[in-house]
Amino acid sequence: MVLPVSTQTPGADSTHPDARRAVNDVVIRLAGNSQDGIQTIGGFLARLAGRSDQDVMTYMTIPSTISGGPSIFQVRMGSGEILSSGDQADFLVAFYQHSYESHIESLRPGGVLVYDSDHVVPNPDDRRFSAVGIPITGATVEAVGGTSKDKGKNLFVLGLIARIINLDVAKIAGLISERFGGKSEDIVRNAMLAFDAGYGTPADNIRDCLCRFDGAQARPTGKPRVSMDGNLALTYGLIAAGVRHGAGYPITPWSSVMETLRTELTKYGGTFVQAEDELAAAGYALGFAYSGHLAVTGSSGPGLSLKMEALGWAVMAEMPLIVINVQRGGPSTGMPTNVEQSDLMQAIYGSHGDAPRVVLAPKNVEDCFYVALEAGRIAREYSTPVLILTDQALATRIEAFEEPDLASLLVDPKPDLAPRGEDFQPYPLDRITRHAPPGALIATGKYPSVSGLEHDEMGHPTGSPAMHSKMTAKRREKIKALGLKLPAPEVHGDGEGDALVVGWGSTWGPIKEAVNQLRADGLKIGQIHLQNLHPLPQGLETIFARYRNVLVVEMNDSGLYGYGQLAMLLRARYALPSIGSITKTDGLTFRIDEIVAGVAGVTRRVDLNGAHP
Amino acid sequence: MSSSAPALAEPPSKAPLTRKLLVADHPTWCPGCGDFAVLAAYYRVLERLQYTHQNIVTIAGIGCSSRFPYFVNSHGVHYIHGRSLPFAAGVSLGRDDVHVFVFGGDGDGFSIGGNHLVHTGRKNVRMTYVIMDNSVYGLTKKQTSPTSPIGFKTKTDPTGAIDQPINPMRTLVNSGASFVARSHAGQVNHMVEMMERAARHDGFSVVEILSECVEFYEGAFDAAVPRKGGQFKVIEERRNDGTSEDAGRHDPSDEVAAYRLASEPWPGVFGVFYETKRPTKNRLEADLVAKAREKTKGASDLELLRSSFRRLR
Repeated sequence: MVLPVSTQTPGADSTHPDARRAVNDVVIRLAGNSQDGIQTIGGFLARLAGRSDQDVMTYMTIPSTISGGPSIFQVRMGSGEILSSGDQADFLVAFYQHSYESHIESLRPGGVLVYDSDHVVPNPDDRRFSAVGIPITGATVEAVGGTSKDKGKNLFVLGLIARIINLDVAKIAGLISERFGGKSEDIVRNAMLAFDAGYGTPADNIRDCLCRFDGAQARPTGKPRVSMDGNLALTYGLIAAGVRHGAGYPITPWSSVMETLRTELTKYGGTFVQAEDELAAAGYALGFAYSGHLAVTGSSGPGLSLKMEALGWAVMAEMPLIVINVQRGGPSTGMPTNVEQSDLMQAIYGSHGDAPRVVLAPKNVEDCFYVALEAGRIAREYSTPVLILTDQALATRIEAFEEPDLASLLVDPKPDLAPRGEDFQPYPLDRITRHAPPGALIATGKYPSVSGLEHDEMGHPTGSPAMHSKMTAKRREKIKALGLKLPAPEVHGDGEGDALVVGWGSTWGPIKEAVNQLRADGLKIGQIHLQNLHPLPQGLETIFARYRNVLVVEMNDSGLYGYGQLAMLLRARYALPSIGSITKTDGLTFRIDEIVAGVAGVTRRVDLNGAHP
Repeated sequence: MSSSAPALAEPPSKAPLTRKLLVADHPTWCPGCGDFAVLAAYYRVLERLQYTHQNIVTIAGIGCSSRFPYFVNSHGVHYIHGRSLPFAAGVSLGRDDVHVFVFGGDGDGFSIGGNHLVHTGRKNVRMTYVIMDNSVYGLTKKQTSPTSPIGFKTKTDPTGAIDQPINPMRTLVNSGASFVARSHAGQVNHMVEMMERAARHDGFSVVEILSECVEFYEGAFDAAVPRKGGQFKVIEERRNDGTSEDAGRHDPSDEVAAYRLASEPWPGVFGVFYETKRPTKNRLEADLVAKAREKTKGASDLELLRSSFRRLR
């Protein structure tokens, strides 16, 4: 089979000498429609990278429509430390004209455009890239035959990519049969036909002449690595933490956590309830918590708003509970399939009254697993609700990481129904609350009330002004006590100098990559990333004091007073004028160059003004 | 290993559970409030049922009647307004071995918590729910409630309520609740009978009790009080005794008949409107667990988690 492959190389005036380089880090962007299955092959590439001891990070956008609409999947894989999904792509695969037009600018000059010549006519005057036209649709139909139409295009493209960047075909075939094997032999056969046709496309010249990806240079660790998205890592972290019960209500991008828990928890003898609404989901979860289980509820932005009254009760009643917020663009329905970090204030201060609780944020996919465990530990030890703030980008991107040591991490989920002694009080003023679930015999014969009303030490309602002050202090002091045990975060990069970049949540990788770049450019820059957002860890003021600028990078608005949400909190807490803010609100993850420009802009300005000698 | 505590057979108690053991704080209700009688009936029902003391849970939302848990010496929860049912459902599904009783008023149940009433009924979660209906918001001092009759003057309807009130029996039967009964706080024996049957029912069982608010809606339910010239009409349930008059009696498993009874003119009838055997969510969830455990051949938690991670390598 000979395919009409048209290749256009960059013009003679091209000034991209690195176009024909060998790279150990490659960024591939697949642009098509959501029904083309590009997420599937993106997932294959990510899994493959994980199995090959390579680092990987993916990035995807999906339209918030039921079916169809433009969609992309970007995967960056390589043998170094992959910190972001890449500002610019080395390869762009364009399925349609609109894919080409919307994404051509994401390709780096000198990069390779692979387009479906059945659907795309590229601009012949654009000589910045190498353009390779392949009749992807026609070739897929020819290869698979029958009535499958162009189904399988994605696997054709996977074959093509495998050829171009020299991927391990046997491993891919294994992944394909694992993925489709449960369905039918026919499906596996058709998938392999499409894959083989793509792999057989005479595209070697791209590999040999334009860009050679050296996939063999992986660093073997000897330990098994797993690849998954952030929501899945979080879900398994919850299970490892001993969560066997929970409730939720569907909302993007939280839903996949509840879907997985619904299926998984039954295997462990637990239950996850799809409640009638967000308020009920919080109620079920608190009912599970009251009955002695470590329970979870979760949602995304607007759903969290609906849970806020229940959260106030959980603080008042001192109930252990894990609450997930997979943040998205807000307010209101906002940008449901985009990313934002604009729920920090809601997480810390949402609800009513003085209601201190714990807020944590994982920095990458692997961290989602471990932060869930940490949330479980804190919820139990301090008898408090713990919120975990992840976001859409973290929820949907795939990363590979070392398989956790499950045997040493798994927490026993059994409720503590041991009899409580004569001195039992549900709300002792001099100790941290230890909840006694129903079924626990109380030696005094006096059973506790768990209450949202201000209460005395036995849980009975009180209108006493003194008791309200004491109980408010009790609830505050236990959270403060946790803060005193949290060590200062590690500084990456320079320990003092021009600027300290502070981040939280999913921005860790891009910030680190930007910091590395800035340091390579000669600036003295450090980075800290806060997992504990409330209470804050110890020692931050000492770290802050060593830098001329403390720049908080976050994906939210600078607000009426010019500071993002964490920047505002840090300024209020430490009262340092050196704390500044770099924010953005386009619903997309930070690009490296955005952070670099933001930090460089401030440090340069400061140098010129001499404001902070 | 299941993380839920196993369903326990009731062990013989050392000492019988008596009213004396069940009494807690003195109620904060106004003198003459109908809720005192409901509380007394609850003590009596618990004395009859003789559940293990520490396995009884008394839960409420917000409202005058929802202060209930403080007046009962059992594990108790005072949750938030309108949401007591999902909370109680979590307790019920989380623990097979506890007996869940929920108390609340008409505002808590039919207004702010209306959605939860319908869905807890639909899911048929095992628990007993007692609604003390006084047809007025008492705790907030006389505003219109979802069961206030048209024309009833309140602070929010000074010229008289204009919105059609909810018909509790119709709403409850329609929700899918598998035991629906109605009683009156002035009829202690009837109340005890209804609450005991509700407690013994395997499913979501609801008893609505007309409970007068002497402060803000005096005489609201006099039409059902014989000594005030009213009539307490009790539903005669079918006995299946083959007699000719039995055909005229109410068949509680007949949903349409239940609606018909619910549409009787005020003050209507009292007793069991509807009772049916339908799988509880507790059962259905346990079945899901059993099936999943069979499929995984009873693997340990660690083995399960490890195999999940192996698939992601």
